[in-house]
Amino acid sequence: MIRRAAVWAAALVALAFLALPIVAIFARLSLTRLSTSVVSDALVVSLKTTFAAQALVLAFGTPAAYVLATHRFRGRSLVVTLVELPIVLPPAVAGIGLLAAFGRVGLLHTRLPFTQAAVIVAVAFVSGPLYARQAIAAFEGVDETMVAASRTLGASRAKTFFRVVLPLAGGGLGAGEALAFARGMGEFGATIMFAGSLQGVTQTLPLAVYQEFDVDFHTALALGALLVGVSAGLLITVKWLASSSTSALRFAASSSV
Amino acid sequence: MARLLLDFRTPLRGFELRLTLPVERTVALVGPSGAGKTSALRVVAGLLRPAVGGVSFSGDSWNGVPPEERRVGYVFQDYALFPHMSVRANVGYGGPVGDLLERFKIAHLAEARPRELSGGERQRVALARALARRPGVLLLDEPLAALDAHTKAEVRAELHDLLRELALPTLLVTHDYEDAAALADEVGVLVEGRLRQLATPAELVARPADAFVASFTGANLLRGRAQRGRLTEIVLEGGERVFSTDEAEGEVGVVVYPWEVSIARAHAAGESALNVIRGEVASVVEVGNRVRVRVGPVTAEVTASSAERLGLAAGGLAFATFKATGTRLVPL
Repeated sequence: MIRRAAVWAAALVALAFLALPIVAIFARLSLTRLSTSVVSDALVVSLKTTFAAQALVLAFGTPAAYVLATHRFRGRSLVVTLVELPIVLPPAVAGIGLLAAFGRVGLLHTRLPFTQAAVIVAVAFVSGPLYARQAIAAFEGVDETMVAASRTLGASRAKTFFRVVLPLAGGGLGAGEALAFARGMGEFGATIMFAGSLQGVTQTLPLAVYQEFDVDFHTALALGALLVGVSAGLLITVKWLASSSTSALRFAASSSV
Repeated sequence: MARLLLDFRTPLRGFELRLTLPVERTVALVGPSGAGKTSALRVVAGLLRPAVGGVSFSGDSWNGVPPEERRVGYVFQDYALFPHMSVRANVGYGGPVGDLLERFKIAHLAEARPRELSGGERQRVALARALARRPGVLLLDEPLAALDAHTKAEVRAELHDLLRELALPTLLVTHDYEDAAALADEVGVLVEGRLRQLATPAELVARPADAFVASFTGANLLRGRAQRGRLTEIVLEGGERVFSTDEAEGEVGVVVYPWEVSIARAHAAGESALNVIRGEVASVVEVGNRVRVRVGPVTAEVTASSAERLGLAAGGLAFATFKATGTRLVPL
Protein backbone atom coordinates (compact mmCIF):
# COMPACT_ATOMS: atom_id res chain seq x y z
CA MET A 1 0.00 0.00 0.00
CA ILE A 2 2.77 2.39 0.89
CA ARG A 3 4.55 1.69 -2.37
CA ARG A 4 1.37 2.29 -4.30
CA ALA A 5 0.79 5.60 -2.56
CA ALA A 6 4.35 6.65 -3.41
CA VAL A 7 3.75 5.96 -7.11
CA TRP A 8 0.58 8.05 -7.05
CA ALA A 9 2.32 10.87 -5.19
CA ALA A 10 5.16 10.93 -7.73
CA ALA A 11 2.67 11.03 -10.60
CA LEU A 12 0.78 13.91 -8.98
CA VAL A 13 4.00 15.88 -8.42
CA ALA A 14 4.94 15.42 -12.08
CA LEU A 15 1.51 16.52 -13.31
CA ALA A 16 1.43 19.52 -11.01
CA PHE A 17 4.92 20.52 -12.10
CA LEU A 18 3.91 20.45 -15.77
CA ALA A 19 0.58 22.20 -15.26
CA LEU A 20 1.66 24.89 -12.79
CA PRO A 21 3.38 27.34 -15.20
CA ILE A 22 0.42 27.15 -17.59
CA VAL A 23 -2.05 27.69 -14.76
CA ALA A 24 0.09 30.58 -13.46
CA ILE A 25 0.03 32.36 -16.82
CA PHE A 26 -3.74 32.34 -16.91
CA ALA A 27 -4.15 33.02 -13.16
CA ARG A 28 -2.24 36.27 -13.38
CA LEU A 29 -3.43 37.24 -16.85
CA SER A 30 -4.96 40.68 -17.28
CA LEU A 31 -6.92 40.76 -20.52
CA THR A 32 -6.51 44.53 -21.01
CA ARG A 33 -2.82 43.97 -21.78
CA LEU A 34 -3.81 42.02 -24.88
CA SER A 35 -4.75 45.31 -26.56
CA THR A 36 -1.32 46.95 -26.26
CA SER A 37 0.51 47.67 -29.52
CA VAL A 38 3.41 45.37 -28.60
CA VAL A 39 1.00 42.43 -28.42
CA SER A 40 -0.99 43.23 -31.56
CA ASP A 41 2.16 44.01 -33.59
CA ALA A 42 3.80 40.77 -32.47
CA LEU A 43 0.66 38.76 -33.27
CA VAL A 44 0.50 40.24 -36.79
CA VAL A 45 4.22 39.61 -37.43
CA SER A 46 3.95 36.06 -36.07
CA LEU A 47 0.90 35.17 -38.14
CA LYS A 48 2.25 36.75 -41.35
CA THR A 49 5.69 35.15 -41.10
CA THR A 50 4.41 31.77 -39.90
CA PHE A 51 1.87 31.44 -42.71
CA ALA A 52 4.38 32.63 -45.33
CA ALA A 53 7.02 30.24 -43.98
CA GLN A 54 4.57 27.30 -43.89
CA ALA A 55 3.45 28.06 -47.44
CA LEU A 56 7.11 27.77 -48.49
CA VAL A 57 7.56 24.61 -46.42
CA LEU A 58 4.55 22.96 -48.10
CA ALA A 59 5.39 24.20 -51.61
CA PHE A 60 9.01 23.02 -51.54
CA GLY A 61 8.92 20.35 -48.83
CA THR A 62 6.18 18.26 -50.40
CA PRO A 63 7.88 17.63 -53.76
CA ALA A 64 11.25 17.15 -52.03
CA ALA A 65 9.76 14.59 -49.65
CA TYR A 66 7.99 12.80 -52.51
CA VAL A 67 11.18 12.54 -54.54
CA LEU A 68 13.14 11.26 -51.53
CA ALA A 69 10.39 8.76 -50.66
CA THR A 70 9.99 7.29 -54.14
CA HIS A 71 13.52 7.28 -55.54
CA ARG A 72 16.49 5.17 -54.56
CA PHE A 73 19.82 6.68 -55.50
CA ARG A 74 23.39 6.75 -54.26
CA GLY A 75 23.80 9.09 -51.31
CA ARG A 76 20.07 9.11 -50.57
CA SER A 77 20.54 8.41 -46.86
CA LEU A 78 23.07 11.24 -46.69
CA VAL A 79 20.55 13.63 -48.23
CA VAL A 80 17.82 12.46 -45.81
CA THR A 81 20.18 13.00 -42.87
CA LEU A 82 20.95 16.50 -44.15
CA VAL A 83 17.22 17.24 -44.32
CA GLU A 84 16.76 16.06 -40.75
CA LEU A 85 19.82 17.81 -39.33
CA PRO A 86 18.17 21.19 -38.53
CA ILE A 87 15.75 19.33 -36.21
CA VAL A 88 18.57 18.50 -33.79
CA LEU A 89 20.60 21.67 -34.41
CA PRO A 90 20.65 24.18 -31.48
CA PRO A 91 18.71 27.30 -32.61
CA ALA A 92 21.80 29.49 -32.01
CA VAL A 93 23.71 27.35 -34.52
CA ALA A 94 20.87 27.73 -37.02
CA GLY A 95 20.99 31.51 -36.51
CA ILE A 96 24.72 31.81 -37.00
CA GLY A 97 24.54 29.46 -39.98
CA LEU A 98 21.88 31.59 -41.66
CA LEU A 99 24.00 34.71 -41.05
CA ALA A 100 27.05 32.96 -42.49
CA ALA A 101 25.05 32.02 -45.58
CA PHE A 102 22.88 35.11 -46.23
CA GLY A 103 24.60 37.86 -44.17
CA ARG A 104 26.32 40.87 -45.64
CA VAL A 105 29.64 39.15 -45.11
CA GLY A 106 28.16 35.73 -45.73
CA LEU A 107 28.53 33.36 -48.65
CA LEU A 108 25.74 34.92 -50.70
CA HIS A 109 26.13 38.57 -49.58
CA THR A 110 22.39 39.32 -49.33
CA ARG A 111 20.58 42.16 -47.58
CA LEU A 112 18.21 39.64 -46.02
CA PRO A 113 19.19 39.82 -42.30
CA PHE A 114 17.03 41.92 -39.98
CA THR A 115 14.10 42.12 -42.43
CA GLN A 116 10.71 40.45 -42.13
CA ALA A 117 11.77 38.09 -44.92
CA ALA A 118 14.59 36.97 -42.65
CA VAL A 119 12.01 35.86 -40.06
CA ILE A 120 10.28 33.78 -42.74
CA VAL A 121 13.61 32.22 -43.78
CA ALA A 122 14.55 31.41 -40.17
CA VAL A 123 11.16 29.88 -39.41
CA ALA A 124 11.19 27.84 -42.64
CA PHE A 125 14.72 26.60 -41.89
CA VAL A 126 13.93 25.28 -38.41
CA SER A 127 10.36 24.06 -39.01
CA GLY A 128 10.61 22.70 -42.58
CA PRO A 129 12.59 19.57 -41.66
CA LEU A 130 9.89 18.51 -39.18
CA TYR A 131 7.37 18.52 -42.00
CA ALA A 132 9.73 16.96 -44.54
CA ARG A 133 10.65 14.06 -42.28
CA GLN A 134 7.02 13.23 -41.57
CA ALA A 135 6.10 13.68 -45.24
CA ILE A 136 8.82 11.26 -46.39
CA ALA A 137 7.44 8.63 -44.01
CA ALA A 138 3.87 9.34 -45.17
CA PHE A 139 4.76 8.99 -48.85
CA GLU A 140 6.79 5.85 -48.18
CA GLY A 141 3.71 4.39 -46.51
CA VAL A 142 1.63 4.65 -49.70
CA ASP A 143 1.33 1.18 -51.26
CA GLU A 144 3.10 1.09 -54.64
CA THR A 145 0.35 -1.14 -55.98
CA MET A 146 -2.14 1.72 -55.49
CA VAL A 147 0.01 3.88 -57.74
CA ALA A 148 0.33 1.07 -60.29
CA ALA A 149 -3.45 0.46 -60.20
CA SER A 150 -4.15 4.13 -60.83
CA ARG A 151 -1.79 4.21 -63.80
CA THR A 152 -3.28 1.10 -65.42
CA LEU A 153 -6.73 2.67 -64.96
CA GLY A 154 -5.72 5.49 -67.26
CA ALA A 155 -4.49 8.14 -64.81
CA SER A 156 -1.34 10.10 -65.60
CA ARG A 157 1.44 10.52 -63.03
CA ALA A 158 0.00 13.90 -62.01
CA LYS A 159 -3.58 12.68 -61.63
CA THR A 160 -2.31 9.67 -59.69
CA PHE A 161 -0.41 11.96 -57.33
CA PHE A 162 -3.37 14.23 -56.61
CA ARG A 163 -6.13 11.61 -56.47
CA VAL A 164 -4.36 8.63 -54.91
CA VAL A 165 -0.97 9.46 -53.37
CA LEU A 166 -1.89 12.76 -51.70
CA PRO A 167 -5.14 11.54 -50.13
CA LEU A 168 -3.48 8.35 -48.85
CA ALA A 169 -0.54 10.30 -47.39
CA GLY A 170 -2.83 13.13 -46.23
CA GLY A 171 -3.07 12.17 -42.55
CA GLY A 172 0.70 11.99 -42.17
CA LEU A 173 1.26 15.20 -44.15
CA GLY A 174 -1.29 17.05 -41.99
CA ALA A 175 0.26 15.84 -38.75
CA GLY A 176 3.74 16.80 -40.00
CA GLU A 177 2.56 20.25 -41.04
CA ALA A 178 0.89 20.85 -37.65
CA LEU A 179 4.17 20.01 -35.91
CA ALA A 180 6.10 22.33 -38.24
CA PHE A 181 3.55 25.08 -37.69
CA ALA A 182 3.86 24.82 -33.90
CA ARG A 183 7.65 24.76 -34.07
CA GLY A 184 7.59 27.80 -36.37
CA MET A 185 5.21 29.72 -34.10
CA GLY A 186 7.56 29.22 -31.14
CA GLU A 187 10.79 29.93 -33.06
CA PHE A 188 13.11 32.15 -31.01
CA GLY A 189 16.86 31.60 -31.19
CA ALA A 190 17.49 31.57 -34.93
CA THR A 191 15.05 34.46 -35.47
CA ILE A 192 16.58 36.81 -32.90
CA MET A 193 20.07 36.22 -34.32
CA PHE A 194 19.16 36.40 -38.00
CA ALA A 195 16.23 38.87 -37.98
CA GLY A 196 16.57 40.80 -34.76
CA SER A 197 13.62 41.90 -32.63
CA LEU A 198 12.17 45.07 -34.12
CA GLN A 199 8.59 45.75 -33.08
CA GLY A 200 6.15 45.59 -35.99
CA VAL A 201 8.80 44.23 -38.37
CA THR A 202 10.62 41.20 -37.04
CA GLN A 203 9.34 40.92 -33.48
CA THR A 204 7.29 37.72 -33.26
CA LEU A 205 5.28 36.61 -30.20
CA PRO A 206 8.15 34.67 -28.55
CA LEU A 207 10.55 37.57 -29.13
CA ALA A 208 8.02 40.01 -27.65
CA VAL A 209 7.65 37.80 -24.55
CA TYR A 210 11.41 37.98 -24.09
CA GLN A 211 11.54 41.75 -24.55
CA GLU A 212 8.55 42.52 -22.32
CA PHE A 213 9.29 40.28 -19.37
CA ASP A 214 11.60 42.77 -17.65
CA VAL A 215 9.76 45.87 -18.95
CA ASP A 216 6.13 44.93 -18.30
CA PHE A 217 5.61 41.49 -16.81
CA HIS A 218 1.82 41.52 -17.41
CA THR A 219 2.20 42.17 -21.13
CA ALA A 220 4.64 39.25 -21.27
CA LEU A 221 2.01 37.12 -19.54
CA ALA A 222 -0.65 38.15 -22.07
CA LEU A 223 1.70 37.24 -24.93
CA GLY A 224 2.43 33.93 -23.23
CA ALA A 225 -1.29 33.18 -22.92
CA LEU A 226 -1.75 33.81 -26.64
CA LEU A 227 1.01 31.37 -27.50
CA VAL A 228 -0.37 28.74 -25.11
CA GLY A 229 -3.73 29.03 -26.85
CA VAL A 230 -2.26 28.63 -30.32
CA SER A 231 0.01 25.73 -29.27
CA ALA A 232 -2.80 23.88 -27.49
CA GLY A 233 -5.00 24.27 -30.55
CA LEU A 234 -2.27 22.78 -32.74
CA LEU A 235 -1.61 19.89 -30.38
CA ILE A 236 -5.29 19.01 -30.42
CA THR A 237 -5.25 19.19 -34.23
CA VAL A 238 -2.29 16.79 -34.43
CA LYS A 239 -3.96 14.32 -32.09
CA TRP A 240 -7.19 14.54 -34.05
CA LEU A 241 -5.35 13.93 -37.32
CA ALA A 242 -3.50 10.96 -35.86
CA SER A 243 -6.52 9.31 -34.23
CA SER A 244 -9.10 9.86 -36.94
CA SER A 245 -6.99 9.09 -39.97
CA THR A 246 -10.13 8.07 -41.86
CA SER A 247 -11.74 11.48 -41.51
CA ALA A 248 -8.39 13.02 -42.40
CA LEU A 249 -8.36 10.85 -45.51
CA ARG A 250 -11.87 11.92 -46.43
CA PHE A 251 -10.97 15.53 -45.87
CA ALA A 252 -7.86 15.19 -48.01
CA ALA A 253 -9.73 13.28 -50.71
CA SER A 254 -12.46 15.88 -51.02
CA SER A 255 -10.08 18.81 -50.86
CA SER A 256 -7.78 17.52 -53.61
CA VAL A 257 -8.74 18.00 -57.27
CA MET B 1 -10.12 -11.26 -82.83
CA ALA B 2 -7.69 -9.05 -80.94
CA ARG B 3 -4.36 -10.60 -80.19
CA LEU B 4 -1.80 -9.85 -77.53
CA LEU B 5 1.75 -10.92 -78.17
CA LEU B 6 4.43 -11.06 -75.50
CA ASP B 7 7.95 -11.32 -76.85
CA PHE B 8 10.63 -10.07 -74.50
CA ARG B 9 13.56 -10.82 -72.23
CA THR B 10 14.28 -9.11 -68.96
CA PRO B 11 16.52 -9.89 -65.99
CA LEU B 12 14.84 -10.64 -62.66
CA ARG B 13 16.40 -11.57 -59.31
CA GLY B 14 18.77 -14.41 -60.12
CA PHE B 15 17.41 -15.39 -63.54
CA GLU B 16 16.13 -14.02 -66.82
CA LEU B 17 12.44 -13.92 -67.71
CA ARG B 18 12.20 -14.93 -71.34
CA LEU B 19 8.75 -15.16 -72.89
CA THR B 20 7.34 -15.57 -76.36
CA LEU B 21 3.63 -16.01 -75.86
CA PRO B 22 0.65 -15.22 -78.08
CA VAL B 23 -2.58 -14.59 -76.18
CA GLU B 24 -5.92 -14.73 -78.01
CA ARG B 25 -8.29 -16.19 -75.44
CA THR B 26 -7.53 -17.00 -71.81
CA VAL B 27 -3.97 -18.07 -71.13
CA ALA B 28 -2.94 -19.00 -67.60
CA LEU B 29 0.64 -18.73 -66.47
CA VAL B 30 1.24 -21.17 -63.65
CA GLY B 31 4.33 -21.97 -61.68
CA PRO B 32 5.96 -21.73 -58.30
CA SER B 33 6.13 -18.33 -56.62
CA GLY B 34 9.07 -16.25 -57.81
CA ALA B 35 8.97 -17.79 -61.31
CA GLY B 36 8.33 -14.40 -62.95
CA LYS B 37 4.56 -14.69 -63.46
CA THR B 38 3.62 -11.29 -62.01
CA SER B 39 6.57 -9.67 -63.78
CA ALA B 40 5.08 -10.85 -67.08
CA LEU B 41 1.82 -9.05 -66.23
CA ARG B 42 3.74 -5.92 -65.22
CA VAL B 43 5.53 -5.92 -68.58
CA VAL B 44 2.19 -6.12 -70.43
CA ALA B 45 0.75 -3.29 -68.29
CA GLY B 46 3.79 -1.10 -68.88
CA LEU B 47 4.79 -1.08 -65.22
CA LEU B 48 8.02 -2.93 -65.95
CA ARG B 49 10.14 -2.13 -68.97
CA PRO B 50 11.78 -5.26 -70.39
CA ALA B 51 15.46 -5.21 -71.36
CA VAL B 52 14.81 -6.58 -74.86
CA GLY B 53 11.61 -6.78 -76.90
CA GLY B 54 8.16 -5.95 -75.63
CA VAL B 55 4.47 -6.39 -76.12
CA SER B 56 2.20 -5.76 -79.08
CA PHE B 57 -1.58 -5.61 -79.29
CA SER B 58 -3.30 -6.47 -82.57
CA GLY B 59 -0.08 -5.69 -84.38
CA ASP B 60 0.61 -2.33 -82.68
CA SER B 61 3.76 -2.21 -80.61
CA TRP B 62 3.25 -0.98 -77.06
CA ASN B 63 6.96 -0.24 -76.57
CA GLY B 64 7.36 3.16 -74.97
CA VAL B 65 3.61 3.52 -74.40
CA PRO B 66 2.98 4.55 -70.75
CA PRO B 67 0.62 2.38 -68.61
CA GLU B 68 -2.22 4.90 -68.74
CA GLU B 69 -2.34 4.71 -72.53
CA ARG B 70 -2.36 0.91 -72.78
CA ARG B 71 -5.84 -0.55 -72.92
CA VAL B 72 -5.24 -2.94 -70.07
CA GLY B 73 -7.65 -4.05 -67.35
CA TYR B 74 -5.43 -5.19 -64.50
CA VAL B 75 -6.87 -6.99 -61.50
CA PHE B 76 -4.10 -6.97 -58.91
CA GLN B 77 -3.40 -9.63 -56.35
CA ASP B 78 -5.31 -8.51 -53.21
CA TYR B 79 -7.22 -6.27 -55.67
CA ALA B 80 -5.54 -2.91 -54.80
CA LEU B 81 -8.86 -1.08 -54.32
CA PHE B 82 -8.44 2.58 -53.32
CA PRO B 83 -9.23 2.60 -49.58
CA HIS B 84 -10.23 6.28 -49.51
CA MET B 85 -12.89 5.93 -52.20
CA SER B 86 -16.33 4.35 -52.22
CA VAL B 87 -17.07 1.31 -54.37
CA ARG B 88 -18.73 3.60 -56.94
CA ALA B 89 -15.72 5.95 -57.02
CA ASN B 90 -13.35 2.99 -57.36
CA VAL B 91 -15.25 1.58 -60.33
CA GLY B 92 -15.66 5.05 -61.88
CA TYR B 93 -11.98 5.90 -61.52
CA GLY B 94 -11.01 4.45 -64.89
CA GLY B 95 -14.15 5.16 -66.91
CA PRO B 96 -17.96 5.45 -66.88
CA VAL B 97 -19.66 3.21 -64.31
CA GLY B 98 -22.66 2.46 -66.55
CA ASP B 99 -24.43 -0.71 -65.44
CA LEU B 100 -21.27 -2.34 -64.05
CA LEU B 101 -22.46 -2.13 -60.43
CA GLU B 102 -25.67 -4.01 -61.29
CA ARG B 103 -23.86 -6.45 -63.53
CA PHE B 104 -21.41 -7.40 -60.77
CA LYS B 105 -24.12 -7.37 -58.07
CA ILE B 106 -22.41 -4.63 -56.10
CA ALA B 107 -25.02 -1.86 -56.56
CA HIS B 108 -26.10 -2.19 -52.90
CA LEU B 109 -22.46 -1.58 -51.89
CA ALA B 110 -22.00 1.54 -54.04
CA GLU B 111 -21.30 3.87 -51.11
CA ALA B 112 -19.33 1.36 -49.01
CA ARG B 113 -15.58 1.57 -48.50
CA PRO B 114 -13.38 -1.36 -49.60
CA ARG B 115 -12.49 -2.28 -46.01
CA GLU B 116 -16.17 -3.00 -45.30
CA LEU B 117 -16.35 -5.65 -48.06
CA SER B 118 -15.81 -9.41 -48.04
CA GLY B 119 -13.13 -11.02 -50.20
CA GLY B 120 -15.62 -12.06 -52.89
CA GLU B 121 -17.14 -8.57 -53.01
CA ARG B 122 -13.73 -6.96 -53.33
CA GLN B 123 -12.91 -9.25 -56.22
CA ARG B 124 -16.10 -8.21 -58.02
CA VAL B 125 -15.34 -4.50 -57.43
CA ALA B 126 -11.81 -5.01 -58.79
CA LEU B 127 -13.18 -6.72 -61.91
CA ALA B 128 -15.82 -4.03 -62.45
CA ARG B 129 -13.16 -1.32 -62.04
CA ALA B 130 -10.87 -3.00 -64.56
CA LEU B 131 -13.74 -3.33 -67.07
CA ALA B 132 -14.88 0.30 -66.65
CA ARG B 133 -11.63 1.16 -68.38
CA ARG B 134 -12.99 -0.66 -71.49
CA PRO B 135 -9.81 -2.70 -71.80
CA GLY B 136 -8.61 -4.53 -74.87
CA VAL B 137 -6.66 -6.96 -72.68
CA LEU B 138 -7.41 -8.42 -69.27
CA LEU B 139 -4.66 -9.19 -66.75
CA LEU B 140 -5.56 -11.18 -63.64
CA ASP B 141 -2.99 -11.71 -60.89
CA GLU B 142 -3.99 -14.58 -58.58
CA PRO B 143 -7.68 -13.59 -58.84
CA LEU B 144 -8.79 -16.35 -56.47
CA ALA B 145 -5.90 -16.55 -54.00
CA ALA B 146 -7.35 -14.02 -51.54
CA LEU B 147 -10.60 -15.99 -51.17
CA ASP B 148 -11.44 -18.67 -48.63
CA ALA B 149 -12.14 -22.18 -49.89
CA HIS B 150 -15.89 -21.79 -49.43
CA THR B 151 -16.34 -18.76 -51.74
CA LYS B 152 -13.59 -19.80 -54.12
CA ALA B 153 -15.55 -22.45 -56.05
CA GLU B 154 -18.48 -20.10 -56.63
CA VAL B 155 -16.29 -17.14 -57.63
CA ARG B 156 -14.28 -19.39 -59.94
CA ALA B 157 -17.44 -20.45 -61.78
CA GLU B 158 -18.56 -16.81 -62.10
CA LEU B 159 -15.16 -15.77 -63.36
CA HIS B 160 -15.15 -18.62 -65.88
CA ASP B 161 -18.47 -17.45 -67.34
CA LEU B 162 -17.34 -13.82 -67.37
CA LEU B 163 -14.15 -14.60 -69.29
CA ARG B 164 -16.13 -16.56 -71.89
CA GLU B 165 -18.59 -13.69 -72.25
CA LEU B 166 -15.92 -10.97 -72.55
CA ALA B 167 -13.85 -12.97 -75.04
CA LEU B 168 -10.87 -10.65 -74.47
CA PRO B 169 -7.25 -11.75 -74.69
CA THR B 170 -6.70 -12.58 -71.03
CA LEU B 171 -3.48 -13.38 -69.23
CA LEU B 172 -4.08 -14.95 -65.86
CA VAL B 173 -1.47 -15.78 -63.27
CA THR B 174 -1.92 -18.39 -60.56
CA HIS B 175 0.12 -20.80 -58.50
CA ASP B 176 -2.85 -23.17 -58.41
CA TYR B 177 -2.99 -25.57 -61.37
CA GLU B 178 -6.64 -26.45 -60.72
CA ASP B 179 -7.67 -22.79 -61.03
CA ALA B 180 -5.68 -22.49 -64.24
CA ALA B 181 -7.21 -25.62 -65.75
CA ALA B 182 -10.72 -24.49 -64.80
CA LEU B 183 -10.39 -20.97 -66.22
CA ALA B 184 -7.95 -21.06 -69.12
CA ASP B 185 -7.97 -22.32 -72.69
CA GLU B 186 -4.21 -22.71 -72.58
CA VAL B 187 -1.85 -23.13 -69.66
CA GLY B 188 1.81 -22.14 -69.67
CA VAL B 189 4.04 -23.62 -66.99
CA LEU B 190 6.64 -21.03 -66.02
CA VAL B 191 9.69 -22.03 -64.00
CA GLU B 192 12.55 -19.63 -63.28
CA GLY B 193 11.57 -17.33 -66.13
CA ARG B 194 11.24 -20.04 -68.79
CA LEU B 195 8.10 -21.50 -70.27
CA ARG B 196 8.45 -25.27 -69.76
CA GLN B 197 5.28 -26.14 -71.64
CA LEU B 198 2.33 -24.33 -73.23
CA ALA B 199 -0.69 -26.49 -73.96
CA THR B 200 -4.38 -26.98 -73.29
CA PRO B 201 -5.10 -28.36 -69.81
CA ALA B 202 -6.00 -31.74 -71.37
CA GLU B 203 -2.74 -31.94 -73.35
CA LEU B 204 -0.73 -30.94 -70.31
CA VAL B 205 -2.12 -33.90 -68.40
CA ALA B 206 -1.89 -36.29 -71.35
CA ARG B 207 1.68 -35.39 -72.33
CA PRO B 208 3.56 -33.53 -69.59
CA ALA B 209 6.87 -32.30 -71.00
CA ASP B 210 8.88 -33.06 -67.91
CA ALA B 211 8.78 -34.18 -64.30
CA PHE B 212 8.09 -30.69 -62.97
CA VAL B 213 5.10 -30.14 -65.24
CA ALA B 214 3.75 -33.56 -64.28
CA SER B 215 4.00 -33.01 -60.53
CA PHE B 216 2.72 -29.46 -60.86
CA THR B 217 -0.40 -30.66 -62.62
CA GLY B 218 -1.07 -32.95 -59.66
CA ALA B 219 0.44 -36.24 -60.82
CA ASN B 220 2.25 -38.83 -58.73
CA LEU B 221 5.90 -38.73 -59.67
CA LEU B 222 7.88 -41.89 -58.94
CA ARG B 223 11.53 -42.40 -59.76
CA GLY B 224 12.83 -45.55 -61.36
CA ARG B 225 15.02 -47.28 -63.90
CA ALA B 226 13.48 -48.24 -67.23
CA GLN B 227 14.30 -51.17 -69.47
CA ARG B 228 12.84 -51.73 -72.93
CA GLY B 229 10.73 -54.79 -73.65
CA ARG B 230 7.33 -55.58 -75.12
CA LEU B 231 6.23 -53.04 -72.52
CA THR B 232 8.79 -50.80 -70.83
CA GLU B 233 9.56 -52.26 -67.42
CA ILE B 234 10.53 -49.85 -64.65
CA VAL B 235 12.07 -50.83 -61.34
CA LEU B 236 11.04 -48.17 -58.83
CA GLU B 237 13.25 -46.82 -56.04
CA GLY B 238 11.26 -48.89 -53.54
CA GLY B 239 11.86 -52.11 -55.55
CA GLU B 240 8.36 -52.42 -57.06
CA ARG B 241 8.07 -53.25 -60.78
CA VAL B 242 5.66 -51.33 -63.00
CA PHE B 243 5.03 -51.29 -66.73
CA SER B 244 4.37 -48.51 -69.20
CA THR B 245 3.38 -48.32 -72.85
CA ASP B 246 5.74 -45.31 -73.24
CA GLU B 247 9.22 -46.11 -74.45
CA ALA B 248 12.26 -45.11 -72.38
CA GLU B 249 15.57 -46.37 -71.10
CA GLY B 250 17.56 -45.54 -67.97
CA GLU B 251 16.57 -43.13 -65.17
CA VAL B 252 12.99 -41.95 -65.67
CA GLY B 253 10.13 -40.28 -63.88
CA VAL B 254 6.97 -42.37 -63.74
CA VAL B 255 3.87 -40.21 -63.93
CA VAL B 256 0.45 -41.41 -62.76
CA TYR B 257 -2.54 -39.15 -62.10
CA PRO B 258 -4.44 -39.83 -58.87
CA TRP B 259 -7.74 -40.30 -60.69
CA GLU B 260 -6.19 -43.12 -62.74
CA VAL B 261 -5.31 -45.10 -59.65
CA SER B 262 -7.82 -47.48 -58.06
CA ILE B 263 -7.60 -48.92 -54.60
CA ALA B 264 -8.38 -52.49 -53.60
CA ARG B 265 -8.10 -54.39 -50.32
CA ALA B 266 -7.15 -57.66 -52.09
CA HIS B 267 -5.00 -58.26 -55.13
CA ALA B 268 -6.73 -59.70 -58.22
CA ALA B 269 -3.78 -61.33 -60.00
CA GLY B 270 -3.46 -62.12 -63.68
CA GLU B 271 -3.61 -58.88 -65.63
CA SER B 272 -0.05 -58.15 -66.69
CA ALA B 273 -0.97 -54.72 -68.08
CA LEU B 274 -2.11 -53.67 -64.63
CA ASN B 275 0.46 -52.19 -62.28
CA VAL B 276 0.05 -53.02 -58.62
CA ILE B 277 1.71 -51.38 -55.66
CA ARG B 278 1.12 -52.98 -52.28
CA GLY B 279 1.52 -50.79 -49.26
CA GLU B 280 0.28 -49.39 -46.03
CA VAL B 281 -2.44 -46.72 -46.17
CA ALA B 282 -0.55 -43.63 -45.04
CA SER B 283 -3.43 -41.15 -45.11
CA VAL B 284 -7.10 -40.78 -46.07
CA VAL B 285 -8.14 -37.17 -46.73
CA GLU B 286 -11.55 -35.99 -47.90
CA VAL B 287 -11.48 -33.27 -50.57
CA GLY B 288 -15.03 -32.26 -51.45
CA ASN B 289 -16.85 -35.41 -52.57
CA ARG B 290 -13.57 -37.19 -53.36
CA VAL B 291 -11.15 -38.94 -51.07
CA ARG B 292 -7.39 -38.83 -51.48
CA VAL B 293 -5.78 -42.04 -50.31
CA ARG B 294 -2.05 -42.46 -50.01
CA VAL B 295 -0.79 -46.02 -50.40
CA GLY B 296 2.99 -46.35 -50.15
CA PRO B 297 4.43 -43.86 -52.66
CA VAL B 298 1.18 -43.40 -54.64
CA THR B 299 -1.77 -41.07 -54.06
CA ALA B 300 -5.14 -42.17 -55.44
CA GLU B 301 -8.29 -40.15 -55.76
CA VAL B 302 -11.45 -42.22 -55.33
CA THR B 303 -15.09 -41.40 -54.73
CA ALA B 304 -16.27 -41.01 -51.16
CA SER B 305 -18.64 -43.96 -51.54
CA SER B 306 -15.96 -46.37 -52.71
CA ALA B 307 -13.64 -45.24 -49.94
CA GLU B 308 -16.40 -46.03 -47.47
CA ARG B 309 -17.15 -49.39 -49.08
CA LEU B 310 -13.50 -50.37 -48.83
CA GLY B 311 -13.36 -49.26 -45.21
CA LEU B 312 -10.06 -47.47 -45.77
CA ALA B 313 -8.23 -46.20 -42.74
CA ALA B 314 -4.67 -45.16 -42.11
CA GLY B 315 -2.46 -48.07 -41.13
CA GLY B 316 -4.37 -50.76 -43.08
CA LEU B 317 -2.97 -52.71 -46.02
CA ALA B 318 -4.14 -51.86 -49.56
CA PHE B 319 -3.28 -52.30 -53.23
CA ALA B 320 -2.99 -49.34 -55.59
CA THR B 321 -3.54 -50.37 -59.21
CA PHE B 322 -3.16 -48.43 -62.44
CA LYS B 323 -2.95 -49.33 -66.12
CA ALA B 324 0.28 -49.43 -68.11
CA THR B 325 -1.43 -47.20 -70.69
CA GLY B 326 -2.05 -44.58 -68.01
CA THR B 327 1.57 -44.72 -66.85
CA ARG B 328 3.61 -41.98 -68.56
CA LEU B 329 7.36 -41.73 -68.56
CA VAL B 330 9.14 -38.37 -68.48
CA PRO B 331 12.82 -37.42 -68.37
CA LEU B 332 14.04 -36.46 -64.90
